[in-house]
Formats: sequence, structure tokens, C-alpha cells
Amino acid sequence: MESSKVIHAFYNDDEILLDAVKAVKAEHHHIEEVFCPFPVHGLDKAMGLAPTRLAITAFFYGITGLSFAIWMTNYMMIQDWPQDIGGKPSFSWLENMPAFVPIMFELTVFFAAHLMVITFYMRSRIWPFKEAENPDPRTTDDHFLMEIPVKNNVDELTTLLTKTGAVEINVVDKH
Amino acid sequence: MYQFSGKLKMLSFALILIGAIGIGVGFYNAPSSVEDVKEMMSHEASSHVDDHAGANNHAVAGDHKEESHVAATVEHVEHADNGSEDHGVSHEDAHAEHVFHQLQNRPWSALYVSLFFFLGVTLLVLAFYASQRVAQSAWSVVLFRVMEAITANLVPVSIIMILVILSASVLHWNHMFVWMTEGTFDPSSPNYDAIVDGKSWWINTPGWTIRSIIYLLIWNAYRWFIRKNSIAEDTANDGYKTYKKNYNVSVGFLFLFMITETMMSWDWIMGLDPHWFSTLFGWYVLASLLVSALTVIAFVTIYLRSKDALPGVNDSHIHDLAKFMFGFSVFWTYLWFSQFMLIWYADIPEETTYFVARFEEYKVPFLAMVAMNFVFPILLLLNSDYKSIPWFVVIGGIVILCGHYVDVFVMVMPATVGSQWYFGIPEFGALLFFLGIFIFTVFSAFAKANPVPKGNPFLKESEHFHYYNIEHRGEGSGDHH
Repeated sequence: MESSKVIHAFYNDDEILLDAVKAVKAEHHHIEEVFCPFPVHGLDKAMGLAPTRLAITAFFYGITGLSFAIWMTNYMMIQDWPQDIGGKPSFSWLENMPAFVPIMFELTVFFAAHLMVITFYMRSRIWPFKEAENPDPRTTDDHFLMEIPVKNNVDELTTLLTKTGAVEINVVDKH
Repeated sequence: MYQFSGKLKMLSFALILIGAIGIGVGFYNAPSSVEDVKEMMSHEASSHVDDHAGANNHAVAGDHKEESHVAATVEHVEHADNGSEDHGVSHEDAHAEHVFHQLQNRPWSALYVSLFFFLGVTLLVLAFYASQRVAQSAWSVVLFRVMEAITANLVPVSIIMILVILSASVLHWNHMFVWMTEGTFDPSSPNYDAIVDGKSWWINTPGWTIRSIIYLLIWNAYRWFIRKNSIAEDTANDGYKTYKKNYNVSVGFLFLFMITETMMSWDWIMGLDPHWFSTLFGWYVLASLLVSALTVIAFVTIYLRSKDALPGVNDSHIHDLAKFMFGFSVFWTYLWFSQFMLIWYADIPEETTYFVARFEEYKVPFLAMVAMNFVFPILLLLNSDYKSIPWFVVIGGIVILCGHYVDVFVMVMPATVGSQWYFGIPEFGALLFFLGIFIFTVFSAFAKANPVPKGNPFLKESEHFHYYNIEHRGEGSGDHH
């Protein structure tokens, strides 16, 4: 069985962290995770993370909302019970379309926004009563933590991380 | 420094020449008397006889509808005293006169549409530039000289505009503005129009002419001042005193601009339909011209960058311009639809005529414009990656510019030429003419100043501007983080 030890390297500045990430990547070590108290501009690029596809999902959710609105207005106002309401032409959907645009717009936004947020929660595994995963409470305040899996190279990694300006380096068991 | 290439100069002269010929052909082909029109109409009638023959009732009903929504011309005055016997004859005469005025208006309107489009676009580049100074936005500083160069076009189009204004109001050479017809404000005249007379405190020829000239003077004064002082800023070295002065003047200009732009849209566009009014109109015209202005800035920027004349500009600047193009396309659609939907929903006859005229006789441009100005840009420029690819922005921009030309076309033409519209030699000629002037003034102005506004305190920030998810072409990834 593979050892499940990881190194936790602490930094107290986002610029230093960013340079450290680049240095560790340059030595071809795998970075398991980086914990930050706030978004660090360019960290995803430095770590080589794939770009998010959340915007693409939102586009399709928006189209879904638009289709729903078109179907709903057409079914209710034109097909099911086409009444003459104040002289509005309910002979066909297109003829009365301007009156439906506010609904179409709002439902497009509604679907796109809410479904994208729910997608974000699901993909990020965030929900109420979810157990917090931060390995050290200081990472929510003023410290940055880089987590690197250990493969019999603790000493080499420690030297490298010390050189990059880590303020604290711990080897911990990961469960 | 940028060199205005001889090739481009030749192109601009060629466009001006071809355009002028096209405009000339338009004026040459316009009918000079009602008799010409009658002859032309009888030719047309003989080719489809069954249309008019023996269908007097039909003709009256049809023409009456047309007349009510065109709401222009002297025709409806003649309508009042028509006896039942000579109805057919006198009505046909009136109709011929009506068509005669429309056909006479066509070369003028063709010129006016392009003139207003280019004047408005140039003006909105100036206003956008002023807003960038007032907002102290950093990203756009490297584009300042591009915007200043574009505003150089304001001078020739303003001069032509003054000539057109004077030829309409003082010389009475054209009938684009119906309320300038003799006797409109005179109760004893057959041309008396009580509705327009009620508005005569605003729409009267001297007031209109003076206001128009004042708008043009204000805009040109600011352009002249800011161009001079922006170049002075480069070498001023006076603790940003010049910079602050430019800031203050720009604040003042934006205030005056919003007022003059609104009144300009009443006078120059809404004045073509003096029976119709809309409160949203000033904003609507603004949005249409603003999105075109941003597209023009993007075009000139992309062109000059491809000639290595803009050292500080990177893909993120293009991306930001494209974002503005996208955003203001949506803004235009919002205003267009708000105006249309409110009028359509309430369907008050005095307001609805405006859209009835457009929907019945201009259906293709009216609907195509929405596709070109909304559907196409929204699908093309939605993707963040596409916004920084120059040829993508150019394709989107061409459609946007054509769409907003059509927008101005649909604002002007129904009121002046009505059903006699056509996109032909006069329209195309005017477009090329003003395009030629635009190319000549813009690039010769750009060649006259340092392409980098050296004295601007935000220049460094602008040169390092970087939108986070853009990979700049031709730059190492280490250049930014």
C-alpha cells in the first residue's frame, strides 16, 4: 500500500505562494491542493488547472429557460384558451410575441442563473451541514497552504519548499 | 509615428469620387416636375392595368391608409375638399404630387442617412472618449490617439451637415422636413397643419437652424480643445495640470453632450415625423450610434495594430472593445424593444402610425436590423475567447455597422420617401462618399500625433492591461500574472 503522507507547506503572502507554485511545478512535483483565504489572481494558471466550463453550462440552461418560456406562453395563451384580452392578437404565438418577451427574458435569466449556481454547488461539493475540509484553520485567515503528496522524497521536498519561502513545513498523515 | 500610406490615401480619394458621382446620379435622376412622375406612373400602371382600372373605391381606401401613416405632405389637405364626382381625378393628381415629393426627397434622404450615420458615429466616439477621461479608465489610454483621430472626421461632416441644414431651412431646396412647407403655420393656408402649429414654439425654421448650428459648434469646440490639449499633455510636465484641465473640460462636455444629443435627435430625426413623438428617442439614437462608434474604434484599432502603429495595444484591449460592442448591442436592443413594445402594447393611433409605416413598407430592413444588431452579435461575441480574435471582431463589427446603418435608414426614410424607398446608387454613393472622407481624415489625423499619449498618468497601467483569461498572442506567459 502506498504511503498516504502529505507535506503541508505554509506561506503568508500570495506573491510568494505564486512563485512557490511555479517553482514546485518546475521541479515536476504534483500539487494536490492549495488552500487560500481569498482568490489569488493567476493561481489556476500557475497550477495548470483546466478552465472552467461553468459558463457553457449556463448558456445551455439559458436556452432551456427560453424554450420553456416559449412553450409555456404558447400553450397557455394561444393553444389552451385563446381569449381576447384587451384586443391582443392571440391567433398565433408570433403575433402576440412582444407581450411574451419580458417573460422569455426573465425565465432565460432565471434558468441560467439558478441552474448554474446549483451546478457550481454540486461540482464543488458544497451543501449545508457539509463538513469543512480545511486542513488548518489559519488558511481561512492569513495563511496559504500548499499540499504535496510524499513519495519517499520528504527531504528533497522540504529543501525545495524552504527555498521557496515557506514559513512552516509539516509532514502529516492523510486519512 | 504612423505614415498615412499612399495606397490608403488613393483609396479614400477614389471612394470620395465614386461616392460623389453616385450622389450626383441620384440628384440627376430625381424627377423635376409632377408631369414626369405622372408619366412614370402611367408607364407603371400600363404594365399592370388591373390594379387601378375601375377600382376607385379600392384606390381611395388604399391611398387613405397610406396617407394616414405617412402623415406628411400636402396631400391630406387636398383630400378635404374633394367632391364626389371629380374624386378619382383630383385624387390621382394628389397622389402624383405626393409621389413626386417622395422621389424628390430620395437623393436628399440618401445623403442625409449616411451623413447622419457618420456624423453620429464620430460624435459618439468623441463622447466615449470624454467618458474614458472622466472615468479615469486606465485600459483605454493606449487607444486615446485612435479615438482622437476618429473624431477628426467631425469637422468635415459638421460642415456638410450645416450645408444640408441651410439648404433645407433657408434655401428650401428639399422637402425632407414637411413642417418647413410654406403655410404649415398659417391658418388661412391650404397647407395649414394644426398639430404642427401647436408645436411651433419648438419646431420653427429659425429656431431649428440656430439650434442645429449650436450643437455642431459645441461638439467641434470640445473636439478642437481636447485634441490640442491632449497633445499638449504629452510634453506638458506641469504636475498634471493639463491633464486635470482636460478632465474638467470633459466633464463639462459630457453634460452638454447629453443635452445636445437628445435635442439633436428630436430636431434631426424625430422632426422628420412631426406628428409623432417618443420620450425614449434620444436614448435610442444614442445607443445605436454608441455601439457603432465602439465598433469603429475597434476596426481602426485592429487595422492600425496590424500595421504595427499601436505599440501598447494587446489582445486584452481588443477584448474590452468587443465586450463594449456586445454590451451596447444588447443595450440598443433593450431600448429598441422598449420603444416598440410600449407602443405596440398600448396601440394608441397617434403613436402606432410610426411603426405601422415601418412595418408595412420596410418589413425586411426593419426585421433584418434586429437580427443584425442583436441576434448575430449576441451569438458571435458571447464567447470570451472569440472577443479577442481580431477577425472574429471584424466579422461581428461589419454586421453591427451594417445593421445600424439600416437602423438610421429605417428612422429617416419612411418619413421622407415613404414607399418609394430603394437601396440603390444614391444611397450607396453617399455611403462611399462619407467612408472616403472618414478614411482620409482619420488616418491623416492619426499620422500627425504620437500614437502613444505619453503624458497620461494611466499610460503604464494601460500598457500592462490584461484581462485574466486571455492568452495574448505573441507574448510569453511570463509577461503577465
